[in-house]
Amino acid sequence: MTEPVIDVRGITKAFGGLVASDDITLDLKPGEIHALIGPNGAGKSTLIAQIAGALRPDRGQVWLTGQDVTALDTPARARRGLGRTFQISSLAMDYTVLQNAMIGALGRRGDVMRFLRPVMRDTALREAAETALDQVGLSEFRALRTAELSHGQRRQLELAVALTLNPRAFVMDEPMAGLGAEGSKRLITFLSELRARTPILLVEHDMDAVFALADRISVLVGGRIIATGPVSEIRANEEVRSAYLGQEDVQP
Amino acid sequence: MSLILLVEQALNGLQLGVMLFLMAAGLTLIFGVMGLINLAHGSLYMVGAFAAAAVAGLTGSFLLALVASLAAAALAGVIVEMTVIRRLYDRDHLDQVLATFALILIFSEGTRWFYGSVPLYLDRPEWLSGTVTLPLGIEYSAYRLALIGAGLAVAAGLFWMIARTRLGIQIRAGENDREMIGALGVNISALYTLVFALGAALAGLAGALIGAIQSVQVGMGEPVLILAFVVIVIGGIGSIKGALVGAILVGMTDTLGRVLLPQAFALFMDASSATTAGSALASMAIYLLMAGVLLFRPKGLFGGATA
Amino acid sequence: MLNAALLLGLLAIPLWAWIVDEPFTITLVTRAVILAIAGVGLNVALGLGGLVSLGHAAFFGLGGYAMGILAYHAQTYTPLIEVPFLIEGTKSMPVIWLVAIAVSALAALAIGALSLRTTGVYFIMITLAFGQMFYYFAISWPAYGGEDGLSIYVRNGVAGLNMMDPLTFFAICYALLLLVLFIVSRLAASPFGLMLGAARQNPARVEAVGQGPYRLYLTAFVISGAITGLAGALFADLNRFVSPVMLSWQTSGEIMVFVILGGVGRVFGPVAGAALFIALEHWLGGLSDYWHIYLGAILLGVVLFARGGIYGLIAGRGVAHD
Repeated sequence: MTEPVIDVRGITKAFGGLVASDDITLDLKPGEIHALIGPNGAGKSTLIAQIAGALRPDRGQVWLTGQDVTALDTPARARRGLGRTFQISSLAMDYTVLQNAMIGALGRRGDVMRFLRPVMRDTALREAAETALDQVGLSEFRALRTAELSHGQRRQLELAVALTLNPRAFVMDEPMAGLGAEGSKRLITFLSELRARTPILLVEHDMDAVFALADRISVLVGGRIIATGPVSEIRANEEVRSAYLGQEDVQP
Repeated sequence: MSLILLVEQALNGLQLGVMLFLMAAGLTLIFGVMGLINLAHGSLYMVGAFAAAAVAGLTGSFLLALVASLAAAALAGVIVEMTVIRRLYDRDHLDQVLATFALILIFSEGTRWFYGSVPLYLDRPEWLSGTVTLPLGIEYSAYRLALIGAGLAVAAGLFWMIARTRLGIQIRAGENDREMIGALGVNISALYTLVFALGAALAGLAGALIGAIQSVQVGMGEPVLILAFVVIVIGGIGSIKGALVGAILVGMTDTLGRVLLPQAFALFMDASSATTAGSALASMAIYLLMAGVLLFRPKGLFGGATA
Repeated sequence: MLNAALLLGLLAIPLWAWIVDEPFTITLVTRAVILAIAGVGLNVALGLGGLVSLGHAAFFGLGGYAMGILAYHAQTYTPLIEVPFLIEGTKSMPVIWLVAIAVSALAALAIGALSLRTTGVYFIMITLAFGQMFYYFAISWPAYGGEDGLSIYVRNGVAGLNMMDPLTFFAICYALLLLVLFIVSRLAASPFGLMLGAARQNPARVEAVGQGPYRLYLTAFVISGAITGLAGALFADLNRFVSPVMLSWQTSGEIMVFVILGGVGRVFGPVAGAALFIALEHWLGGLSDYWHIYLGAILLGVVLFARGGIYGLIAGRGVAHD
């Protein structure tokens, strides 16, 4: 049995009287795309924050590539191989596209405390950055200021930066959000090929993308996982249909 | 170190604290509601003091002077808010700092140009110039006692306003979600001007009240402003309660520190070294207090939601 | 390029002044150069790191007092401390500079370690407060002049050069400015600079790539304090006088003004800003005793309408790096 790359065990988190995460257990296996779906307010963001290290759970553990990372903060988890993309693009807006990619490559290599070398002439870093930009199709925009990119291009850049980290696993928070039909199709193809190299925990609302990409789906409702399994199982599951998919049928 | 002296100094500390509260309350309200850091608050303090001194000089009435200080400071606040401050709400903190620093320069030099560098004097009123006999046989300045009373009254009034009035609700809502109250139909622009003017009036009042104890001169506001910042850091931004607690803490620490520390040092040093060392440490006492609070509560004692 | 023009101008004016024998002008430009160093220092924290430090006068003043105290003990032939080990005064410039840098760096480490646990407005208020703390301490410590300050009779020395000669002293300061500009330019273009700039714009992004913003900010703050401390030592040397005014909030504000006038975030910005400030101080100050009103108005105008400062107006919008 292959060891999961991300292993979430019994995560529980309450804010005052509100239980945002209720004994959540799920995992991400190598080579798969595991989609996490659920209605708004189900607690997806809270769960992602706890996996990424931005929030401490009240109970439970988060394991990454066989190590308990529950006590580690976000940078430490990123160094251990967790690549996260944000729902709202989190980029250095004054920097160029290339510079943002370089930040990722530099963070990956780790030797940040160097004070006299010109970083933009570092060939190894540039190569890593350019490769990532090439993979997402942003190469020709490398000199553009990030603030001037379109929304879709920013999403691409967000992905590119995550790629430079060469992570062991991706956690992607609604990567499809705001992309048009063209962009969505391209991203679906891209992610589908990506999974062989790096598994992806995918939080998404776009059900077309979910059904096209997911190997497994977990459904989060009211802070609890009500079902986990392959696509066909989930589609047939009564509880899921009434709680969530029933609403989604209306979605374009 | 007699008990009487200790109680007197404690009362002085309370008086200082309560006056600092007037400054800090305005600052923290302005930050809580508008997200604006206002370095020119010290200038508004100064305007209040000068207005009071001028009117007292003309009419001889302390009460009229106080009214004048409130009016002048509030008016200055309104003018400044409408011309400069409202352009800063959307800007980052650096811009706000720089622009309000520029205002300090303009106010200070403008006042100096108008009145010169020689301090003005504001006399405390006849009916408060004596002493009051307190329990334990302590004779305490009637004026200072009145200041403590006035400050606490203002505090009570502020708490009541925030908790019970329409304006208070708008303020509390604005502190939580600025965009939302606009969507709910509140006239944001008017609210902001009002809050700024209120803060200015409080500062002006403090300036006038203190002006009768110390002198009225250019540059009197900035040291008080910085003390008010210390109060806010300790108390927590956006919290009136924090401002009151912080202010009294700061007032007490500063006043009692200046009295007690040299005495403490005198226990194991010779007199003159003790005075030097004690005074030097006392001058740093409130900042050390602030540092101490920061170690354990980076957002202040009651801070959290805003900032 | 504006950079070159500025540097050449700062070199040419004193040379011309030396030729026509106007030592006052040389001193004026030296003042601008020293204040430029202070501004470049602040800019590392403010422009590169996005840290709005309103208490940088603490470092400026500490550097000044380091110089003042060491020189005072040298000129009075008394040691600084005898126990636990002997420290004597010195009039050697390089030693004084090193001490000023070390003391300022240490202070920046202490203040930064505490203040950087907060963000936004808290940070601004806290740095302002710590600056005041040093100011009040200097006033109440009588040994070194207290409120009246400390006078130093002879300028410090370097390898037998005659430092009392304005042009020689100017040359030393100018050389230091060039050195500091070189270092900060490299810093801005380095891996550290890239990540620091990212932290300024988006700390969450920095965390997501595995780095900690706090460490970056603190390092920048310490470097910033050290450079400003060096400027303080030079300033005290120039005036042969150090007083608590060097630690005041007004001084903190002024240093920030140089940076803004020139354009925050541009490595050479403070050079332009300091030059402009000194020029204004000289000309407007000559016209009116209340020239600060005009300074305030100009500053207000820059903040509201010409946000990028001189470099913004002339060089146009650019990326963070020069």
